[in-house]
Amino acid sequence: MTTDPIAQLQIQAATVRCSGVWTVRGIEALEPTLDALAWPAAPQVILEAAGISALDTSGAWLLHRTVRMLQQRGKTVNLQGLQAEFSHLLQLVEARAATAEHVAPIHQGGLESLGRLAWNQLRDLLSMLAFVGEVALVMLRSVRHPRRIRWLPLLRNLQTAGFEALPITGLLSFLMGVVIAYQGADQLQRFGANIYVADMVGFTMLRELSPMLTAIIVAGRSGSAYAAQIGTMKVTEETDALRTIGIVPYELLVLPKMLALMIALPLLTVYADVTGILGGMIMASSKLEVSYDVFLQRIGDAVNLSSFLTGIVKAPVFAVIIALVGCFQGFQVSGSADSVGRQTTMSVVHSIFLVIVADAAFSLVFNWLKI
Amino acid sequence: MNQTHLSPDDTAVIDIRKLHTSYGAAVVHEDVSLSVRRGETFALVGSSGCGKSTLLRAIIMLLRPNSGSIRVFGQEVIGLDDEQALPLRRRWGVMFERGALFSSLTVAENVAMVLREHTQLSPRLINEVVALKIALTGLPASAAAKYPSELSGGMRKRAALARAIALDPELLFLDEPTAGLDPLSAGGIDELVQSLHDALGLTIMMVTHDLDSLWRVADRVGVLDGGRILGLGSMDELAQSEHPVIREYFYGPRGRAAQEQTWKRR
Repeated sequence: MTTDPIAQLQIQAATVRCSGVWTVRGIEALEPTLDALAWPAAPQVILEAAGISALDTSGAWLLHRTVRMLQQRGKTVNLQGLQAEFSHLLQLVEARAATAEHVAPIHQGGLESLGRLAWNQLRDLLSMLAFVGEVALVMLRSVRHPRRIRWLPLLRNLQTAGFEALPITGLLSFLMGVVIAYQGADQLQRFGANIYVADMVGFTMLRELSPMLTAIIVAGRSGSAYAAQIGTMKVTEETDALRTIGIVPYELLVLPKMLALMIALPLLTVYADVTGILGGMIMASSKLEVSYDVFLQRIGDAVNLSSFLTGIVKAPVFAVIIALVGCFQGFQVSGSADSVGRQTTMSVVHSIFLVIVADAAFSLVFNWLKI
Repeated sequence: MNQTHLSPDDTAVIDIRKLHTSYGAAVVHEDVSLSVRRGETFALVGSSGCGKSTLLRAIIMLLRPNSGSIRVFGQEVIGLDDEQALPLRRRWGVMFERGALFSSLTVAENVAMVLREHTQLSPRLINEVVALKIALTGLPASAAAKYPSELSGGMRKRAALARAIALDPELLFLDEPTAGLDPLSAGGIDELVQSLHDALGLTIMMVTHDLDSLWRVADRVGVLDGGRILGLGSMDELAQSEHPVIREYFYGPRGRAAQEQTWKRR
């Protein structure tokens, strides 16, 4: 009883004798051997099936396939002795076999997949442009009718994307300030220019690092969340439900997020400026013996308002990029759980990429304007 | 054939004794006892939220009850770990209410995955068996290459059924097989379940709301209410029941219509 069930097939002259357990487990060993068997040469073949003690659909299929294979070789097959309930099953399988054509997976050539890839990229670009346009229209409408702005979701987004990001942004920016001061300390000490650590930390944090660092943290924290949330809503048809209720999905799902980020990101950047300088200041006093008073005074003298502003001006632009890319990728989700994961990853990669590109563009423009 | 023992038809495939389940303070099952015999189609009915699906989930080991015993094929399932549960899980198939098809795989891949996981059949035979199972559930061959999101509700149910019967299980669990379908598709699923039951000698346990489907396919029915089994028997027996809840269930306007339909069909 405990031995594995096995289906057997023996050939004696013109008789093929089937026996044993013809089930999905039982036919595992038998099936690969079938092709190599020396089938009877006689035109009349008797298939003796009385020995079959169990049969399921997979076994019945194999039996059917064997019979059909013999028939295709021009033989007349005489099936004998199959138990009544099994022949009922065999008939069912035979009846369905006609519709059970195997659908081969579509094979793509290299050229075709290259073409498809290019076409998909182009289509993504076009739909991104369309998305940006539509959001802009919704935004214009909201500006004209400020009552249409969804204040509650906006405030909630401000809370989750802004306020709740304070600890992580503060900590990372503080560490960044520490690292910059620490790296600079050696070089500056060599020239006895200890005091310039304030310039270094102040300029790099305010102009470049704080806005960038904050944008990257927010893209990872909130941009991905936007994509996953909207993507899941698309899978469960919630976005369609919104439309039928008469709510424009972009108005409820995109605009509050974008506006909230446009408010939160500059504020977070200021906060990151402060904690970054704090980190640099602590490092300066412990490693370079620049006291807090001296450091703060130097920062006030050296770092002008325009440095601060060039950093802050970038933040709303980064916010728009992060919100639009996150939401756009969310709306690109189609059908499957896989798709949600793929688009979420893509939202983070694309928004960080675009944030860095935009930052480079800002540098060029500021350089050109001599700010 | 061997009459010295109990005839195999009388042995219980599922045997539940004194089952008690609760979610926190909410008691779902107080004292549920029932058994499902080999080869029968057993239907569990009851109002929404009475714990039918929870009972099903307890039997298929997705949920652990507080106390009591559930024996499937004579083996206690409560407290089994995944390793020990595997031989049992291979012997049954489950069709979930909303299909639970893997959305990143095509219908054919969904069915093939089960066969690849549990058998050593050749890829050629797997493809053939998959096509056969899909045909058995009445889906057109073109549906095999489609993703679940591209299918209609009825087709998705059929595809889910094809996956549930992939390994030719002895026991099939169906959670609301006809819910959310139009009467025509629902009738189609009923016929399908019936024909599979007849052809493969399956034992079927289903949870359903559909009175038509109860009259058509169920051999025996259990009515679950308030954490207990209120009535157990064939539809004709239950229709005689004096219990107010059961009477309400079967003799409400919809219940009567379904019953009349059945009489006409006979």
